[in-house]
Amino acid sequence: MDEGLRSELSKQGIFTTTLEDLYNWGRKNSIWPLQFGLACCAIEMIATTMARYDLARFGAEIFRPSPRQADLMIVAGTVTKKMAPQVVRLYNQMPEPKYVIAMGACAISGGPFKQGYNVLKGIDRYIPVDVHIPGCPPRPEALIHAFMTLQRQIDEQKLTGPDRPRHLVADAPSEFPVPQFGEHDLVPSKNPEVWQPPHSGRTE
Amino acid sequence: MIAPLDTLARRIQEAVPGARVEVVPNDSPAAQPSLLVDSAHALAIARFLRDEPSLRFDYASNVAGVDWLDSVTKTKTKVKKIVDGVEKEVEETVETKRPGYLEVVYHLYSMNLKHGPLIIRQRTGNRAELNRVASLISVWRGCEFQEREVYDLYGVVFDGHPDLRRILMWEGFKDHPMRKDYVQPDDFEYEPTPHDEVLGRAKEHYPK
Repeated sequence: MDEGLRSELSKQGIFTTTLEDLYNWGRKNSIWPLQFGLACCAIEMIATTMARYDLARFGAEIFRPSPRQADLMIVAGTVTKKMAPQVVRLYNQMPEPKYVIAMGACAISGGPFKQGYNVLKGIDRYIPVDVHIPGCPPRPEALIHAFMTLQRQIDEQKLTGPDRPRHLVADAPSEFPVPQFGEHDLVPSKNPEVWQPPHSGRTE
Repeated sequence: MIAPLDTLARRIQEAVPGARVEVVPNDSPAAQPSLLVDSAHALAIARFLRDEPSLRFDYASNVAGVDWLDSVTKTKTKVKKIVDGVEKEVEETVETKRPGYLEVVYHLYSMNLKHGPLIIRQRTGNRAELNRVASLISVWRGCEFQEREVYDLYGVVFDGHPDLRRILMWEGFKDHPMRKDYVQPDDFEYEPTPHDEVLGRAKEHYPK
């Protein structure tokens, strides 16, 4: 719609918008996170929701204890290999549209426990992650920044065309395989459809 | 205060006939010697340590596992030898081979008499099939989870443990991750800052 016409109409008390703007505006300002924490990052997440940092300003103060009612999974803390299947299953149980924030060094890569036999080297090996926050743990401001980043991502989504979000693509997967406990490791150890090792540029 | 360990070892042997108790010296800066007890009599020894009025070790604060690999120690000794009819001092290296074993270490305190720690150890026969020691749960109830952890991470089997299951890793996991020869699964395909051992394993994934 023409900007000039829009401004002219608004002077006359007529508000115009597009369905896309309205839809994205509604989604981005009412993100209900899933209420769960895995380690020390969860303490920062809790602090973010309390009065001092007040995540409610961004429309995300309602932490749901059920995945069926949640839009956003904040993976706050170390994902151990024993916990990974449950995290993936919780993600699968969330209805679309759903988003994931990987909060802190552990959730994005394993962090300081990366070489541990029991630690998953990043939750993005099994589920798609929208925003990664570095930090150990990230401060509440960093989580709020991740939130604003996610809101911007939602706001910029086109509802039609090849770039439309996953939940509007009929044959795009909404659930991802839950890894099984194997004899030596999780089976499979990663989901290659979700995660491929970034090329480090090193050669032998 | 506890009596010197060799005195204590003698008292244990008097109280528990047939028990083999050995004082293990500690050369490290901690200089904290310990008692090596044999698994066959470990339970009786533990009971003696808890019930004897002058000892009363009523609290096992800590159970730890240790993995000792097979090792070869070389010691140099000077030996007098006759070389070409002349007596000379020659250095000889003697290799002593020690087969590996697993060890379980208990740290005992007395809350009543306010002394401790007394450190007792049990050793397994080797690192493979002779991996059994006695469980001391019936004496110190708090050992239950810690013995399960040693079983999980080191593969030591505790005879007499009522509920010997893995506690940290999942059921069906085959390895014992704290053993020194444990090989991690190969998930080193993305290492932004590899070094040492990790660098070696990351290199296997680099494009040739």
